[in-house]
Amino acid sequence: MIKFENISKIYPAGLTALDNVSFEVGAKEFISLVGKSGAGKSTLLKLLLIEEKPTQGDIFFNDQNLGKLSKEEIPNLRRKIGSVFQDYKLIPTKTTYENIAYILEVIGASDAEISRDVAEVLDIVGLSSRAHNFPAELSGGEKQRVAIARALIHRPEIILADEPTGNLDPYHTLEIIRLLLKINELGTTVILATHNKDVINSLGKRVITMQAGKIIRDEAVGRFVL
Amino acid sequence: MFFTSLKRAIKSGWHGFFRDGGMITANVFVLLMAISVFTSLFLFQNISNFIVDSIEDKVDISVYFEYEVLEDEILDIKKEISGIPEVKSVNYVSKDNALENFVERHSEDETLMQSLEEVGVNPFLASLNIKAFEFGQYEGISSFLEGSIFQTKIEKVDYYEREPVIERVFSLTSTFSRIGIIFSIIMALVAILVVFNTIRLAIYNFRDEIRIQRLVGASNWFIRGPFLVQGVIAGLFAGLIGLALFGSLTWLFNSTVNGIFPGLEVFSIFISNLWIIIALQLGIGALLGTISSLLAVRSHLNV
Repeated sequence: MIKFENISKIYPAGLTALDNVSFEVGAKEFISLVGKSGAGKSTLLKLLLIEEKPTQGDIFFNDQNLGKLSKEEIPNLRRKIGSVFQDYKLIPTKTTYENIAYILEVIGASDAEISRDVAEVLDIVGLSSRAHNFPAELSGGEKQRVAIARALIHRPEIILADEPTGNLDPYHTLEIIRLLLKINELGTTVILATHNKDVINSLGKRVITMQAGKIIRDEAVGRFVL
Repeated sequence: MFFTSLKRAIKSGWHGFFRDGGMITANVFVLLMAISVFTSLFLFQNISNFIVDSIEDKVDISVYFEYEVLEDEILDIKKEISGIPEVKSVNYVSKDNALENFVERHSEDETLMQSLEEVGVNPFLASLNIKAFEFGQYEGISSFLEGSIFQTKIEKVDYYEREPVIERVFSLTSTFSRIGIIFSIIMALVAILVVFNTIRLAIYNFRDEIRIQRLVGASNWFIRGPFLVQGVIAGLFAGLIGLALFGSLTWLFNSTVNGIFPGLEVFSIFISNLWIIIALQLGIGALLGTISSLLAVRSHLNV
């Protein structure tokens, strides 16, 4: 489904974020990316979302070379991806409800579908009572759950989650991981970048370990080893 | 799909407009300033046209006839002069009218009145006051009169006496309108730049929001839509406030202006040009708001 082929990313200041990285992700897979800060995990996710472009190499999504997509085709690709960002990236001028509904509006869902699905997903992430609050009125954990709700509401083919449990307490961390596993069981590919050792060790899924922009380990059933 | 997106853009723009009070107030205010500049320029153009027209209306040339020329002869000459295409109007002032005018004007000047009594007869000459359509035609009319068959009946044509004054008045009015045009262009440009920069700054605050919208898959038009709607709403609001403002101001100052320039009714100018002013204010407001928003959003869409 996804193929990284000899990917390097060197920033103008000469910093090498990724150094000749190659790996594939199959459909319905659940992959964890682990590594210290600056290992290149977030950069990989940014390249997949075309938030940044690789200095070298090609990335394929369903056999489509992302480097060859026109500017007009990029939104279509992004609609197939649900993203949970480390810094939430919620729209500050929209309420919880509107932030989640926005994605459905983007893909052209009907008003009835929007009100039904948003209510359902708010219930799943336990934020029904916060539907009309703005992001500034939510705690870190609540913002993270809104971000997750937004990422999964339109049933994307893949979910990219960059430190989705970074600001959550153990109880909510477990809830979110269970949620991601459930989404994965229903057929969505999940790429999870995290520092959380307990989470990785409890998953029993594929783990890619990165160090200084390189893949140092890729195990089908991996553990958090740094 | 198009109508659904349009409906959502309007709804989102409308919500955003009322949620972000401070910034929107600044945008409406700056658009109102620009609209006021354009409307003032439009009204001043009308007012200056009125003033120039009334000055032009005061310019004429007078042809004074020899004392013994009879009224019937002068009226014949009047008919002939009226036939000249450049002549707008010819007004006959008899000797008696000239005397009446003089007495009326100088009734309080005892010396003059006494002198008039001592003369014993009416010393004034009958005359024809000729107005041309355009200032440049006076010299031609004057030369025609001097070369005409009735030249012997003419005592004098006062064009040459008034010429320097007339020319000065007209050079002043044409300089005035030239300066007005240059000033208008500069003011309009300044107003457009101020509007554009204010809206650019307002939208700059939304750069992260625009980035997020791009990252979750929104198309450029889906992102632009609500900003355009807000630009239009801000423009329309500014237009409506401008309309109320100029309506009130022209109504309030109508009599004051009329006292300074008799015959100049600014409120009538406002009312008689109401549709143009409505179109000007709402059109310029909405257009400036939309174009500024469009340009300002564009620079943040490269994600």
